[in-house]
Amino acid sequence: MTPNPAVQSSLARDDRRPVHSGSSRWKADAGLAILPLRHGGAHGVPKVSLKGISLSYKTNHGSRLLALDNINLKVKAGEFLCIVGPSGCGKSTLLHLIAGLQQASLGNVLIDDKIVQGTGTDRILIFQELGLFPWLTVGQNVEFGMKMKGLSKTERDERTQHYLRLVHLSQFKDSHTHQLSGGMRQRVALARALATEPDVLLMDEPFAALDAQTRDLLHDELERIWAETGRTIIFVTHNVREAVRLGDRVALMTFRPGRVKREYLIDLPRPRVLEDITVAKSAREILDDLREEINKSLEEEYGPKEVSA
Amino acid sequence: MKRFARHAIFYGVLIAIWMVLAKLKIWPPYVFPTPKGVAESLWAGFADHSFWIAIAVSMKRMLLGYSLSVVLGMVLGLAVASNKFLEETMGGLLVSLQSLPSICWLPLAVLWFGLSEKAILFVVVMGSLLSVTIAMETGRQQMPKIYGMAGRNLGACGFKLFWYVLLPASLPFILSGLKQGWAFAWRSLISGEMIFVSLGLGQLLMMGRDLNDMSQVIAVMMLIIAIGYIVDGLVFKTIERRLQHKWGLAPA
Repeated sequence: MTPNPAVQSSLARDDRRPVHSGSSRWKADAGLAILPLRHGGAHGVPKVSLKGISLSYKTNHGSRLLALDNINLKVKAGEFLCIVGPSGCGKSTLLHLIAGLQQASLGNVLIDDKIVQGTGTDRILIFQELGLFPWLTVGQNVEFGMKMKGLSKTERDERTQHYLRLVHLSQFKDSHTHQLSGGMRQRVALARALATEPDVLLMDEPFAALDAQTRDLLHDELERIWAETGRTIIFVTHNVREAVRLGDRVALMTFRPGRVKREYLIDLPRPRVLEDITVAKSAREILDDLREEINKSLEEEYGPKEVSA
Repeated sequence: MKRFARHAIFYGVLIAIWMVLAKLKIWPPYVFPTPKGVAESLWAGFADHSFWIAIAVSMKRMLLGYSLSVVLGMVLGLAVASNKFLEETMGGLLVSLQSLPSICWLPLAVLWFGLSEKAILFVVVMGSLLSVTIAMETGRQQMPKIYGMAGRNLGACGFKLFWYVLLPASLPFILSGLKQGWAFAWRSLISGEMIFVSLGLGQLLMMGRDLNDMSQVIAVMMLIIAIGYIVDGLVFKTIERRLQHKWGLAPA
């Protein structure tokens, strides 16, 4: 890892780009949106708070299954929260609830202390499968949310350029998404989400399907973009190391019904490296707690006898 | 070039066989016309503008009827796909109705609309509406759910969601249905025109029969085939190719 903070190195990279003059003008005009919000926001009011969220649904056999059980979480403005848990614990569902794509059976999602219902561009979810639109170009994908918001063409163009540059994909504006690699598609999804300028970015195992090198690179990029834009991020993953690598805080969820089992404050200096010994040590601690939950999930799947601890 | 040569040889042989059969005079020429007679009929038809007029009239009916059934079919298909009750009830009805040749609607259409353009439009719409509706319904269901969610997530709802997300996302899945709808509409139109006298290619065909002019009948048949082929080969193939290019699907 370079001794420089990732933030600085990336800005230096941006400076060499010939199109930079346009972007700096844009930053001056409407730059508020990308100023760090980390220490801003109303005093003491969490950006996102989940109050008593429960979700149950009918299974095919007619019985009710409790998927999420009384989830209470608070996320500060500008905080990077990672949620880990065994697969099937409902962590993706939780993100869908926050995004408003699904309705909780009980409890509320609050943004800035106001109850939200339905979808809203203040919370953008990056899906595990990304959900990029294959009939649009990369640029049109990034533009999409702004178009729905009704922004003018010139503003859309400027912002599209800006966010494509932020994820280093300016040259691929007119490409179609299937022409890009997995890592590049991730970055398009990130740019598309950021372009609507949401307060909260919800990420659902976005890097799970990538190879290790690409993932490391995207960790650096995400950390840098988070530092530059100051968004609040809720990041779901099953990879504890990844959670420790990225998060200010890690929340561990239990297996069915999903509850918040424990929260861990990750007080390691940034930028972090996945292979770092301090990251590994913190991950170890969480992993021990997680293993219990994974065993529970395995028992449910294979029966108790075949699980060797 | 090779492809062209193969086609040229195939059609050359076909016409040669036709010529020989006609030369053998097994059947009288008003039953089995010569290629030359058909070519002359084609030439004469275009020269006196009767073919041009017939094509124009038929195409106008097609465009009107087909666009109507595309719009109606999409609305109906979406409604059926997004409503459990409609899906159970109307879904079944639509499939069973599809087994009815659309020309069967003509008596009703004449009764309702009289001997008018409306009656023939009705038959054309009934011919293609069901294909489009069923295509839209299945397309909506086959379409990956993620696009709708992503669209809503990015702030699209209502008509915007339909127009900018659901419609383009389902296009690859409904294109074959749209194509089939066109083919059905074309068949319905020609049969409608044949039965019910009023300009158009179908009527021209029947006129050939009335005049015992088999050359004209065959010439018009060739026109009907050619137009169907051109629309399928140019319009739909182009759309298909563009879609595949955009979506990154392997060309079929």
